[in-house]
Amino acid sequence: MNATLDRKDLIAAEAQKMGKAVFDENNLTKDATVKREAQKTSPKLATLEEAIRRSGLQDGMTISFHHHFRGGDRVVNLVVDKLAEMGFKNLSLAASSLQDVHAPLIEHIKSGVITSISTSGLRGKLADEISRGLMDVPVVFRSHGGRGSAIASGELHIDVAFIGASSSDPLGNACGFSRSENAKSICGSLGYALPDAQYADKVVILTDDLVPYPNTPNAISERNVDFVVEVESVGDSSKIASGAIRDTKNPRDILLAQQAAKVIVNSGYFNDGFSIQTGSGGASLAAVKYIRQSMIDKGIKASFALGGITAHMVKLHEEGLIDRLIDVQSFDRVAAESLMNDPKHKEVSANEYASADEPGSATHYLDIVILSALEVDTDFNVNVLVGSDGIIRGAIGGHPDTAADSALSIIVCPLLRGRIPCVVDKVTTLITPGKSVDVVVTEYGIAVNPARPEVAERLKKAGLKVVDIEWLKERAHKVIGQPAALPFGDKVVGVVMNRDGSVMDVIKNINA
Amino acid sequence: MKEAYAGTLESGDIMIQIEPAETQGLTIELNSTVMYQFGEQIRNVITETLTDLGVTDALVKATDKGALDCTIRARVTAAAVRATGKDVWAD
Repeated sequence: MNATLDRKDLIAAEAQKMGKAVFDENNLTKDATVKREAQKTSPKLATLEEAIRRSGLQDGMTISFHHHFRGGDRVVNLVVDKLAEMGFKNLSLAASSLQDVHAPLIEHIKSGVITSISTSGLRGKLADEISRGLMDVPVVFRSHGGRGSAIASGELHIDVAFIGASSSDPLGNACGFSRSENAKSICGSLGYALPDAQYADKVVILTDDLVPYPNTPNAISERNVDFVVEVESVGDSSKIASGAIRDTKNPRDILLAQQAAKVIVNSGYFNDGFSIQTGSGGASLAAVKYIRQSMIDKGIKASFALGGITAHMVKLHEEGLIDRLIDVQSFDRVAAESLMNDPKHKEVSANEYASADEPGSATHYLDIVILSALEVDTDFNVNVLVGSDGIIRGAIGGHPDTAADSALSIIVCPLLRGRIPCVVDKVTTLITPGKSVDVVVTEYGIAVNPARPEVAERLKKAGLKVVDIEWLKERAHKVIGQPAALPFGDKVVGVVMNRDGSVMDVIKNINA
Repeated sequence: MKEAYAGTLESGDIMIQIEPAETQGLTIELNSTVMYQFGEQIRNVITETLTDLGVTDALVKATDKGALDCTIRARVTAAAVRATGKDVWAD
């Protein structure tokens, strides 16, 4: 302190004016530990129980999860089991989506551990029970972009986020893959968890590969992370490409994919520098395979592919046909590994992907999107959430986000699934408004929204079978007869939010 | 009449099992993936098909995976032919 001794009084006077203390050298300490060793006792490292306790989680608060491991997720069940064991009640679960694997939540709902849920979708036994009225509070369904907006605006406040990551260092630099030789899992993009990491009050990273600092490049930065918990497994990566995102071998899906490809090529939007996204569902994912040859033949390259990135997309990118990949969710291992290794394969948050109130979101610059549907009605409204039996069996995903923002949205669905019609008079539940939907591709013909006559003209000129959507509905009815009305009850079990934050539809309980 | 089957449990098909009935008339035990929308229609098609074939007393167990009416008629007819030994296609 001798260095400043002659200015001691002046320092004290200025400190007083600023309301600050005078520096005291005795407050300094020196940690001479070898730093690789010091990492092992990072204050953020904790067991799951410690992390929960130290996070300050209370009854009635909101916890959040992502679904990048899809059917292979192990984090939701692990954490909620622990919360139940610790005696928590009345928690609100804000997941980016829930899958068949989350059926154990049923017991936690019955016992009052979880009393409300918000998600993009529900499947399996949990969906079944909720459809029949398991919960007193309706499930709130949001699109991926809508969830991002709700989190950013504070409408969906997350108290504690539990984020499964395939690698993290002891300070919380985490990602959906691991570069270490001990890597146990890989999910690729952590896009849906990024708003949680940014806005939640407390963030707990769960990882099955704790690697030395610095785990770079990373998706989630340590500055957003409060606790790091090492666990046996965060997810089974082999189950990511399952369910709605399996690669199809179904000949009808392939026929639909080929038709969709013809629509794309002749739509007027198949120009050099175009951008494209494919949604989940066999036919829409496979459509990419069939536009490849047309791209090569006509010398057309895409500026970017968005989404749900698949192995097909990666292949086109590596062949030079797609310049950049923008990835909110990796749909298979090939995509996840590409994200890890290729700097032109960019990871984005749900907000940057598809939020209506984020001017830079990628959907705003999307030309073409190909999407699937459970039902389309004669006003072009689409349902992707509730089955024609009244039971919730899907997810909103980015469907309404991409349909609304893209220049051309193409819905691909068979006219019939078994005896269930996919083109109907009125959708069971409104998810994507008809105003956002431009073309519906079925194996019986292609219907174009009357609001897009120029697209209909181009498709007709190309020799495609353009039909009236009413005709498609009639065609379906002729084959299957008139379905009886579903036995819906009067209890609201689900609320569907539009991406702008307004309430768009409700789902009633089914007495079946 | 003896017990007989036709059909599969594949999506879009229906499995029909016909047995001699212990009571008079047709008893149909239907299990369907589209029960609420189409249960009545499926029962009607089974009843009509069997009545047309002259089968009036039988226990029918039907496991439906979303079959269309034409499929249901074909499976019911095949099961009835196997159960009764009367080949409706013979002439």
